[in-house]
Amino acid sequence: MEADTMNVVAPIEIAQPREAPRSASDLEIVFETRGLTVSYGKAPAVSDVDLSIYRNLVTAIIGPSGCGKSTFLRSLNRMNDLVPSAKVEGEVLYHGQNIYGDGVDPVEVRRRIGMVFQKPNPFPKSIYDNVAWGLRVLGMKDDLDSRVERALTQAALWDEVKDRLKKSAFGLSGGQQQRLCIARAIAVEPDVVLLDEPASALDPIATSKIEDLMHELKNEYTLVIVTHNMQQAARVADMTAFFTLERTESGGHGVLVEYDETPKIFTQPADKRTEGYVTGRFG
Amino acid sequence: MAVDAGRYSLTLSRRTRRRKGVNVLMQALATLAALAAVAVLALVIISVARRGASALSWDFFTKNAATFGQSGGGVANALVGSLVIVGLATAMAVPVGILIALYVSEFAPPRVGDLVRLVLDVLNGLPSIIIGIFVYGLLVIGSGQAAWKGSFALAIIMLPLVARATQEVLALVPSTLREGALALGASRWRTVLGVVLPTSFGGIITGTVLAVARAAGETAPLLFTTSIAANAVTWDPRQPVLSIPYDIFVLSESPDPADHARAWALGFVLICFVLVTSLSARLLLVRYRKRLEG
Repeated sequence: MEADTMNVVAPIEIAQPREAPRSASDLEIVFETRGLTVSYGKAPAVSDVDLSIYRNLVTAIIGPSGCGKSTFLRSLNRMNDLVPSAKVEGEVLYHGQNIYGDGVDPVEVRRRIGMVFQKPNPFPKSIYDNVAWGLRVLGMKDDLDSRVERALTQAALWDEVKDRLKKSAFGLSGGQQQRLCIARAIAVEPDVVLLDEPASALDPIATSKIEDLMHELKNEYTLVIVTHNMQQAARVADMTAFFTLERTESGGHGVLVEYDETPKIFTQPADKRTEGYVTGRFG
Repeated sequence: MAVDAGRYSLTLSRRTRRRKGVNVLMQALATLAALAAVAVLALVIISVARRGASALSWDFFTKNAATFGQSGGGVANALVGSLVIVGLATAMAVPVGILIALYVSEFAPPRVGDLVRLVLDVLNGLPSIIIGIFVYGLLVIGSGQAAWKGSFALAIIMLPLVARATQEVLALVPSTLREGALALGASRWRTVLGVVLPTSFGGIITGTVLAVARAAGETAPLLFTTSIAANAVTWDPRQPVLSIPYDIFVLSESPDPADHARAWALGFVLICFVLVTSLSARLLLVRYRKRLEG
């Protein structure tokens, strides 16, 4: 059985850790969710998740459609607050403090925990202003030009746009727009960047650029990526969490099945459901 | 021939012929109805222009009405009056209308938003004479008429138009843009000011222009609030001033046939203003949609 699994999984290319595998216990914990349940109305979308996310790693969240991966991700920077019926139970500890606790301001949460969305969503402004807007809003106005340049460089976009910074961001290709959105998110110097299927609307070349970018960015930021593309998770992530949909009488809700180092999830999953998913037998 | 000609026939049978006849008839009726609408507009414009053409002259635009018994004269005071009244009404209605729209689409809980939208639609349906009487009772009784009181009445008429038009373009702004701004750590209000409003600017202008076109032609609200005016050009909103629609009414009541021609001419001016503003609003909207869709 073990050998069989190995055979099926082998074609997936797995990120090679660049240094000796770090043991999770040495790493600083950025997020720790405790019994996190997010419901829309009365129906839970994702239920009872306990998960720790480590600093300067890429953590991938994979799983079939409807398993609550995006809901989970959006609960990490209180984006679910925008959905009136959304309700959050349990705790999301960010460096030890509950982001849903009393006196916590969601605006402050989001400035530290940025987000990149599924579809590129540049503002209807110039390329420059797309990056500068967040800086201006947050009062980081000193050295605006060099901050914008730095963010665009980090997002591997500077060379492509430096001659047309004043032109509309809508003139960029989809992949460029998504890198612009990444530049916009990192310009305000967040601690964590959440990426919600950031490459799902892009072609393979643009996708691979985004993936390369993630390898670079994790030196400075903690990245959490939701993806329905297993190869992508295998290529970019240090840690992978597998969520699935648990059917119940009243429909179903997402649960965390397994969370481990990426190579382990893809080659020696502990749970049958994970194995079924990563070998393509389910989902 | 082995082929069953009846079963596979491609020519019309009696029944299908009747169906086809009904189809042609209904299509013709619908086309006629559409043509009638165009024809009515064309007829109105042509007849108003023909009857008013003789009165259009330099004097018509630059002079006030001639004193009784003398010939000549124009409608300068009505033109300026309308400019003052409508301009002031726009200044009152647009900021409040935009704020209402922002409340409905950005801040209100969904149910409250629906209620406010309903209220705006009801307000939009109120007969303008009622609004005129309301403002008369509120502002005019005891202190007399003034241009700004007419503006206030017109602003009430413009308010739902501006608010609804704005609210509809705000609804077109993709929610992903709002999320993008909020995810940067911007507050709701900064998101609205920096991303949502600039994105919907074209639509807001369109709504405003259409409301201006509507207000410029309103007569009833001005009847009680700013109609007893001096025969002189005044830019002072504290004075009662004459307006284009009210002057059309006054001129058409006059015994002098030359005044009737002036009423037509003034009507023509009003139609031209409304046409130009409405068409330019449409053009703006088209350009704005293109921009938003990238």
